[in-house]
Amino acid sequence: MVFKKYFIPRFIQYLTVLFIGITLVFIIPRLLPSDPVEHQLNRMTAQGQYLDPAAVEEMRETLQELYGLKGGLLEQYLIYWKRLFTGNLGPSFTQFPTPVIQLIKISLPWTAGLLLVSLLLSWLIGTVLGGIKVSFPNSIVAKIIEFFAMGIRPIPYYIMALVLLILFAFVFPVFPMTGGYSMGAEIGFNLKFILDLLRHAFLPIMSMVVLEIGGWFIQMRNVASNVIEEDYVVYAEALGLPKIKIIFRYIMRNAIIPQITGLALNLGFIFGGALITEIVFSYPGIGTLLYSAILAGDYNLIMGVNIFSIVGVSTAMLIIDLIYPLLDPRVRYQ
Amino acid sequence: MFNVFKRLFRHDKRFTFGFSVLTLFIVIAVISLFAPYNMKAWNTVPRDMPSSWKYLLGTNSLGQDIFWQATAAIKNSLILALIAALISRVIAIILGLLAGYKGGLFDRIVMTINDSFIIIPLFPILILIASILRTSLSITVLGIIIGLFGWAWDARLFRSQILSLKEREFTKTAVLSGMKTYKIIISEHMPYIIPLIMAATINNVIWVLGMEVTLSMLGLSNLNTPTIGTMIYWALQYQAIFLEMWNWILTPIISCIVLILALYMLSTSISEYLDPRTRLQLIKEE
Repeated sequence: MVFKKYFIPRFIQYLTVLFIGITLVFIIPRLLPSDPVEHQLNRMTAQGQYLDPAAVEEMRETLQELYGLKGGLLEQYLIYWKRLFTGNLGPSFTQFPTPVIQLIKISLPWTAGLLLVSLLLSWLIGTVLGGIKVSFPNSIVAKIIEFFAMGIRPIPYYIMALVLLILFAFVFPVFPMTGGYSMGAEIGFNLKFILDLLRHAFLPIMSMVVLEIGGWFIQMRNVASNVIEEDYVVYAEALGLPKIKIIFRYIMRNAIIPQITGLALNLGFIFGGALITEIVFSYPGIGTLLYSAILAGDYNLIMGVNIFSIVGVSTAMLIIDLIYPLLDPRVRYQ
Repeated sequence: MFNVFKRLFRHDKRFTFGFSVLTLFIVIAVISLFAPYNMKAWNTVPRDMPSSWKYLLGTNSLGQDIFWQATAAIKNSLILALIAALISRVIAIILGLLAGYKGGLFDRIVMTINDSFIIIPLFPILILIASILRTSLSITVLGIIIGLFGWAWDARLFRSQILSLKEREFTKTAVLSGMKTYKIIISEHMPYIIPLIMAATINNVIWVLGMEVTLSMLGLSNLNTPTIGTMIYWALQYQAIFLEMWNWILTPIISCIVLILALYMLSTSISEYLDPRTRLQLIKEE
């Protein structure tokens, strides 16, 4: 029953999102007035090389084929899907002939690590702080937390990362400015390398955590302030249960469910934020890969990153939504 | 409407602060029209001067007056945000209201597309567009593009507000007493929807400002037009941090943060005014 009512519509939605997103990536370059192939050719001729017209024509054809720009629109579209299903995102142009998919594979663990750690930390801290704020609304600590959580939240990722970079890597040089690990460090599973990794990851993670705490905090506060008025909380208080137990077992546990919905809905946004943060700190993940692709005008790589992020984010959301019934009995027993 | 405004201005400190700062920024934007230099040109003043009476915030390594550059940047960023917000508002309001009132198959189709736009990470897609258009990306074009992608959250928000309004007692009373549909929408529902649209618009402006800064910092806009983003871009290109030219790098960063905070306070103040539960909570806390 749950399967039919919950999983199947959710799965259909997943496929629709993938279809719309990937089609969007197909349409955009074709709708825009400037042609990536001409752009690429211009770059080559602008470097001052002399190319004879026949060679240019040949190059144009090869480029069109590599970009999947050959033939009619429908034909291109079908080939585009066929390539995707075989996991072929085409070659990168700046690092020819390395396939785009391989470049993404190398960068992925860095982004995944950054995203996962900052997401979990901010989610946990924001949720707990929100619960505390509702349980002790008048304490000064709660008010200070609220002030900062609300005030920092709207600042764009880029500005936040830049401010932290200036403060803690330049004015007070506590943390390294760029990179994922020290240059020339021996890569291996040992304490020295792990500490080095953590030191480099600290500022990027911090800048994301600081920004995201606010959102979780506000949502938790709003939901929990409704939960606190429910009969079962009043009853628990009347029973004289310890306050800590009421907060964690009765208030937090029930207010946490919308937090998970929020997690799924915000994932696309937070993913974008992770890419920006990486670019500011030159952290070797997908964001930095994207940045180098922009600098070099490597459209295949930009499109590949796009397709990958659409598939990645919507799959992650599908997984969150599939775990959801385990936590929310209302969905489970419907 | 005006009374609500007056009451918020008098009693909500956040609203007072947000509104005053926003007014200040608009004044600054207007001042930029009287700039003594051409804001797009380089080397109009001596380079790397410290701040003085002649150059209020000093000059940068491109030979531009930082104060006047900042005023023009604020003007351009605000214009861009307005264009983007207007476009996404039109789409969000039309789709949200239609889906909410019509319901049925139309609602389901619109919401499926809408949810896809919420889920799909927009940042890489905007980069894809911007990197193809790059050179021809004026403020207007950038505004239109960001606007075309920034409507999904708010369309959903407006729709859910309509759905809840449709179920309220007073709507049913109005329907039963024979009020025409358009009249119900205009005189009964609009008073609820308009403040919601205002709060959502301000949040959207915040998002656009952030997006502009991010795209410009990647070099993906017309870099000769001063905006908050391009100012940061040039400061970073010329290593303003390492040269400790704090006037240059911090002017755009601080104005961006202050502007965004002011807008954010306005929007929270308005949305709290909308939600009687938070209003109650505030009274209880005091």
